[in-house]
Parts: sequence; C-alpha cells; structure tokens
Amino acid sequence: MTNEYILMVIGMGLVTFLPRWAPLFFLSNRKLPEWLVEWLDLIPAAILSALLLPVLITTGDPRRIMLLQPELIAAIPTFIFALKTRSLGGTVIVGMFMFWLTGKLF
Amino acid sequence: MFKSKSIAVDGVGAAWPICLGYIPIGLAFGVLAQKAGLGPCEIFLMSLLVFAGSSQFIAVSMLDCGAASASIILTTFTVNLRHLLMSSALAVYFTKSSRKKLGLLAYGVTDESFAVNYSRLKAGKWDIERSLVLNYTANMIWIISTVAGGFGGQFIPAGAFGIDYALPAMFICLLVFQLNGQKYLFVAMLSGVLAVFLSLVLPGNMYIVAASIFSATCGTVLKKIFEKKSLKGRAHDQ
Repeated sequence: MTNEYILMVIGMGLVTFLPRWAPLFFLSNRKLPEWLVEWLDLIPAAILSALLLPVLITTGDPRRIMLLQPELIAAIPTFIFALKTRSLGGTVIVGMFMFWLTGKLF
Repeated sequence: MFKSKSIAVDGVGAAWPICLGYIPIGLAFGVLAQKAGLGPCEIFLMSLLVFAGSSQFIAVSMLDCGAASASIILTTFTVNLRHLLMSSALAVYFTKSSRKKLGLLAYGVTDESFAVNYSRLKAGKWDIERSLVLNYTANMIWIISTVAGGFGGQFIPAGAFGIDYALPAMFICLLVFQLNGQKYLFVAMLSGVLAVFLSLVLPGNMYIVAASIFSATCGTVLKKIFEKKSLKGRAHDQ
C-alpha cells in the first residue's frame, strides 16, 4: 500500500465524516427554531423519494428515462404490499421476488 | 446486562434488510476494486475509513483512470454531502445523548441506516444505542463483503434471487412509512419528480440534495401560507 493511497483514503474519510458529524454535534440536545424543525421533518420524505424515484425510472450513464424496466414494474406490487402490510421485512422479500419474476418475464 | 442484550437483538434485527442489500453491492465493489488494482488490505482500509458505497465506486473508477488524489477527495465530498441533510433530520431526535455517542453514530450514517433509524426514531421505540448497533452491524457487513469481493469472488451470481432489489424495496417501504399526511405526500411527489429530471441534467448525484432542499422548503413555505389563510378565514367568519 503506498503512502499516497493511505493519505487519499484518510482524506476521503474526513470529508465524508464531517458532514455526517457536524449536524449531530451542533443540532442535537438543543431547542431548534420551529421553522427548522418543520423543515427537517419534511426532509426524510423528500430525500427518500429523491433517492428512490430515479432508480425506478431512469437508467444508464448518462441517465435517460426508462419506464418499462423491471425496477419500475416490480415497484408497483411492492408499493401496494408496503401500503397494505406496513411490514419492512415482508416488503423486502416481496420486492426481491417481484424483481426476480419481472426479470424472468421480460 | 439484560438491557444490553435486548438492545443488541433489536439493533441487529433491524439491520438485516440493509445487510442483505449490502452483500451483493459490497461484493461487486470488491471485484471492481480488484480489477482497478487494489488489494484486499487497500479495500479494507477504504471501506473502514469511508464507509459510503456510491462514493467508493466512484473513487475506484477514478483511480482506474489515473485521477489525482485531490480530485477524488473533492468528488467524495460532493457525493457524500447529502448525509448532511440526513444527520440534521436525525439530530432532532437526540435530545439527551452524549457527544461521544453522537460522534460514534455519525460515522455510520448512510442512506440506508439513516432511513431505517429515522423511521424507528420517529415511531418512538428507538434510541441512540439501538441506532449504534444497527450502524455498526451494517458497517461490519459492508467491510466483510467488500474485502471478500476483493479476493475475486462474485460469490453471488449476478441477479440471483432478486437480491439487487433488496435496497430499493426497503426504500419503497420506508417511504410509505413517511407518507403520513398530505404535506409529506406533496413533498415526496415533488421531490421525486424533480430528482428524476435533475438526475438527467445535473452531474453526479447533486440531484438528491437539490431536489430534497427545494421540495422541503416549498412544503414549509406552503404550510405557512395555508396556516395564515385559514387563520384569516376563521377571523373573517367570526
């Protein structure tokens, strides 16, 4: 292992750790203004959706829209299952099965 | 003693969907890293110090192209900046936690651990100890799978058992948990649609941060406007 590699990985670790650490250090254990709490309350729904939707309906590099792909087709029954059962473990298993099945069918 | 056992069981129990998703991705990363010339020790060091899947993939492909360290570090920073938002949302739920534990927790904040810990914290049956167990379980599985992949084994054949869909399925369910009311539904739909279009035009994964900040801000502002209107409406009725 070269010194250059070790230094690079330490740098990568630092720039990854700091954004993870700073909010937990500065925003926890204190009373935050109401607007900030309301804003932060909406962030998870926004971020989960922003992480998920491009995976389901885009493909390739550079990305392009692709509607008829197993990712999106399997998502529909998986979404309904999650909505009906609210079971995380069950949804993961059903989702994997649906994805495997659509991969076989298309 | 009894208490710490139940914490461990809860934490590991909640981590399994994440682990299931990390195994194929970790193996794939290891294989790719090995092809780019990294040995198992180098892979171990990166997975230990960075622990962020997509940025590790990008770093390895940049190394393969002979990119300079500085540009790899800068790219890592921009790719992982989204964790700033996740840690901020988590911070609201830690009102009596030591700085030391929060520091230990910060290391393991990933898209997946954030999503699971947040939904459990919000439901009220979760705490920092259980979050720590979950984070470090996921971390251990990530390190083991990436190093295993580095020995050249694609131990799970590509596409087997639909395992590649474990994480998307997990995110579908965790998103459903978040949709408890109109404002969440509105923000999620806006953010999702925006993210899709921004992902077509913005480089890297900046679309995640951009779409999330814009949509959450819209949601907050609209809520304020509606509240003012309904207050005025009520005042007018009287």
